[in-house]
Amino acid sequence: MSLYQLQKFLYQLNRDPAVRTLYGDDPAAALSRYELTPEERQAIEAGDVGLLYVLGVNGQILMHFAGWLGIPWFDYLQRMREGVRIHGPVRAGVYAMTGGGQSFTAGGGQQQDQQQ
Amino acid sequence: MTLCYSGIVSHAPGITGRADLVQNTSVRDALYAAFARQRAEIEASKPDVLLLIAAEHFANFFMNNMPSFCIGTGESHTGPIEDPVWLKIPARRIAGAPELAGCLVRSIMQSVDMAYAEEWQCNHGLMVPLHFLDPDNRLPLIPMNINCQGPPLAPLHRVWAFGEAIREAVDQVPERIAVLGTGGISHWPATPDSGKINEAWDREFLGRLFTQDKKALLSYSDEDTYRDAGQGGFEIRTLIAAAAVAGTPGRLQFYTAELPIFAVGCAIGRFWV
Repeated sequence: MSLYQLQKFLYQLNRDPAVRTLYGDDPAAALSRYELTPEERQAIEAGDVGLLYVLGVNGQILMHFAGWLGIPWFDYLQRMREGVRIHGPVRAGVYAMTGGGQSFTAGGGQQQDQQQ
Repeated sequence: MTLCYSGIVSHAPGITGRADLVQNTSVRDALYAAFARQRAEIEASKPDVLLLIAAEHFANFFMNNMPSFCIGTGESHTGPIEDPVWLKIPARRIAGAPELAGCLVRSIMQSVDMAYAEEWQCNHGLMVPLHFLDPDNRLPLIPMNINCQGPPLAPLHRVWAFGEAIREAVDQVPERIAVLGTGGISHWPATPDSGKINEAWDREFLGRLFTQDKKALLSYSDEDTYRDAGQGGFEIRTLIAAAAVAGTPGRLQFYTAELPIFAVGCAIGRFWV
């Protein structure tokens, strides 16, 4: 587990256009700069927001990666729930799911939530 | 005395970015009206500079070098770091106040070890308040950050000391400065629990904040806050610092927990300075 390195890549991808360009042109070369486990590397390459969430990526970093991937808001929330369902509870950090997977956006987007 | 205004204001990317997903539009519009009133109160106080104490959510810093307290001393700042389409706030360059910021940091460093940064990029934590409170981009901005996202976090008694040091510094300069703390109260942003709000906890905290109940404000442990108010609750640091800057009681002017799509209880208030 190299959560620091995983988050560092995602942070730099979020913040540095050059990293985004490199990652777009040559993902393997971009990722070779970071000491990642095969699971972490695979989660990035697959855009697996659910697994990245379970691995413990800070939400203020993961949120931007999800946005960059073009994942709509409610889909993003649902993918995190699915990640927990498939991979188990969040393994590190302070962004654990505490609500049992329910939606808290009723009255302000419930309709959209149910469409996911 | 050059503290011309002191208050608090919520921020969250959803307040602008997900405005069109709100079903309870009357509450949303009441919030926007409260922002407009706060803007008018700030303008009436005739500030030369706006000083926002915020949480920067990795806009500038990462865990390779994470300051507890930092001030932006640059000539100008840019934002938002987010996609302007996603946040629904256009990109802008915001004037800084380098000479004044330099004076403040030298004074604050007499009692609190504060980092400085001559480059500052603003994320929603600053851009959402600015969008409502200075929509025409008139006021120079001095951004200050308290690390609220990458534990370990500054203890609350140090946050209080930081606020007192800001006030001491502000009192020594001739410029009129409006100081606002901007942070969430209870919220679980960027988790599947986004939209969860502990209204009772929020109201108790805000009651303590606006009565200057320092002992109660400093009694929250991070474990208690995490359990009752989520990781977003760590941002009470920005509000506690604002209370310490003011040093006087105040009034909660607006609060709602009825906009969960914004992922935070929305609060606006001011201290009597």
